[in-house]
Amino acid sequence: MFSFIVSRILQALPVMFVVSLISFAMFAYVGDPVSIMLGQDFTEAQRIALVHDLGLDEPFFVQFAKFIGNALQGEFGLSYRLSRPVAELIAERAPATLELAICAAMISLCVGVPMGIYTGLFRHSWLSRFLLTFSLIGVSLPTFLIGILLILVFSVWLGWLPSFGRGDVVQIGWWSSGFLTLSGLKAMILPAITLGLLQLTLIMRLVRSEMMEVLRTDYIKFARARGLPNRSIYFGHALKNTLVPVITIAGLQLGSIIAFAIVTETVFQWPGMGLLFIQSVGAADIPVMAAYLMLIAVVFVTINLVVDLLYYAVDPRLRVGRGRGH
Amino acid sequence: MSLLQVKNLRVEFPTRRGTLVALDDVSFDIAPGEVLGVVGESGAGKSMTGAAIIGLLEPPGRIASGQILLEGQRIDNLPYEKMRRIRGRQIGAIFQDPLTTLNPLYTIGRQLVETITTHLPVGPGEAREKAIGWLELVGIPAARERIDSYPHEFSGGMRQRVVIALALCAEPKLIVADEPTTALDVSIQAQVIAMLKTLAREKGTAMMLVTHDMGVIAETADRVAVMYAGRISEIGPVRQLVRHARHPYSQGLMGSIPPLDRRVERLAQIDGAMPRLSAIPRGCAFNPRCPKVFDRCLVDRPELMDAGTTRAACWLYAEGAPA
Repeated sequence: MFSFIVSRILQALPVMFVVSLISFAMFAYVGDPVSIMLGQDFTEAQRIALVHDLGLDEPFFVQFAKFIGNALQGEFGLSYRLSRPVAELIAERAPATLELAICAAMISLCVGVPMGIYTGLFRHSWLSRFLLTFSLIGVSLPTFLIGILLILVFSVWLGWLPSFGRGDVVQIGWWSSGFLTLSGLKAMILPAITLGLLQLTLIMRLVRSEMMEVLRTDYIKFARARGLPNRSIYFGHALKNTLVPVITIAGLQLGSIIAFAIVTETVFQWPGMGLLFIQSVGAADIPVMAAYLMLIAVVFVTINLVVDLLYYAVDPRLRVGRGRGH
Repeated sequence: MSLLQVKNLRVEFPTRRGTLVALDDVSFDIAPGEVLGVVGESGAGKSMTGAAIIGLLEPPGRIASGQILLEGQRIDNLPYEKMRRIRGRQIGAIFQDPLTTLNPLYTIGRQLVETITTHLPVGPGEAREKAIGWLELVGIPAARERIDSYPHEFSGGMRQRVVIALALCAEPKLIVADEPTTALDVSIQAQVIAMLKTLAREKGTAMMLVTHDMGVIAETADRVAVMYAGRISEIGPVRQLVRHARHPYSQGLMGSIPPLDRRVERLAQIDGAMPRLSAIPRGCAFNPRCPKVFDRCLVDRPELMDAGTTRAACWLYAEGAPA
């Protein structure tokens, strides 16, 4: 178990190395920080002094090593645009994105899995057909359009929910939470649905097809032949066997919910990391972009590790070393 | 009274191109404690008969007519929930491939305990003790330690023993065993069959043993039913049927068993193949392959009739047959 975790972390190192190389390369190839920072009016001496201050006159590998060293300490330099430490900016924005992502993931799992089970078991019922059609809409409509439609209906026409922002937040240490105020919760609803809808429909379709697959297996037939009640066949035997692929996809989806909250955050002016990233792209604010890229890589690698550990918990066949052969 | 009676069972599969008749006019019965062997080529309807009896025909297959009676009570038309209580408790089932019939994610102990507590009025602790007892009965060594193992930690033969324990653990009166040893190594087959036979005898459990292994039948069964193209072509006591088969098809089947006491140049074989369900010929379904075919076989379909020691569906044993 321990060696498994260590080996997975070792496997993650090359991934992180490549991502950091790409992040670092952005400094060299995307825009020129010196000219951005100096503005219009400067002398050659000022320019050389700044290049020296920034360490840009040092060899590539030295610069890269310094970048990695700083990154490991959570130090990504100053934002060009806001002239504040990048780490501080991201820490400020992270709670908003994480809370949104968690809500979206909960919605997609808590609604998607039961809907998948239902449509898998009762393939020919009217509700199943309706849900499948509905899921097709969820898959095919672009996120920004769903967001705009929701705003139109619930904010503009009905006026029930706010159309932008996070509402009132409560500061708990450095974490700002919108879960503790009514306006925070109300503001959460539309963005979370927008972000979670695509994942919800994906998870529903996945659970449905896995369920139909598993129900055809011999061990389900044998469970029926043993006279087990349907409840335990469906929710005990069948559902557990659908979990491995569902965990894989759900894990990857959680990663992409966090990484690609950008569109939803833009539509709802949600003060999260995605919005920060988009604004940084507009201003060629490379330190922020580089830090965001690396952070997302860490998120994906971590989620993959958790997914692998969950496989372990679900499927005894993967617990090698415990088997006793014959 | 018979434990199980199957009367004129007809199973149909509605398809886009019309209805296929998978089983037609199948009738037999099984006495308490009796072992009925069912043999025939693949697709003859052996497994289908078993599935119909346990009420688990794969849709769209359905019982179109006929009756299945267990201890005199009809079970073919019971609602799902009532039939569920009979499955496992009154009629157990053993499937062919032990590698796929056990749920890979649960320990064998859990699968045994849930089966026992579903059907018998015992608590989890007592059920676990019973489960260990059953594992010992089917010959799992160190059952008390192995009960918390997962299926993948057992070999194929051991898994089939677990499957047999699962089928027997609620003490059903009848076991439908669908090719229980086909997927096992030849060396293991004999052990498993012997164990199954002994257990059935000790518990007084009747068995419907579906197989295409004539050796298993000769060794285990009390009576044999030979199936061909969805019908029973001959049924009778095992000794008579193996030694003196009456139906030309059964004779062909028995001729394909290599004798041990004398040399033969070639084993007998039956030319041709069993007709597809969609193209069963008029008259006797076996007529294109039958060495003794005569004009009546091409026109009328024979019912089971007295053929001396067995009952055979063959016009050779009707009055007026050619000598």
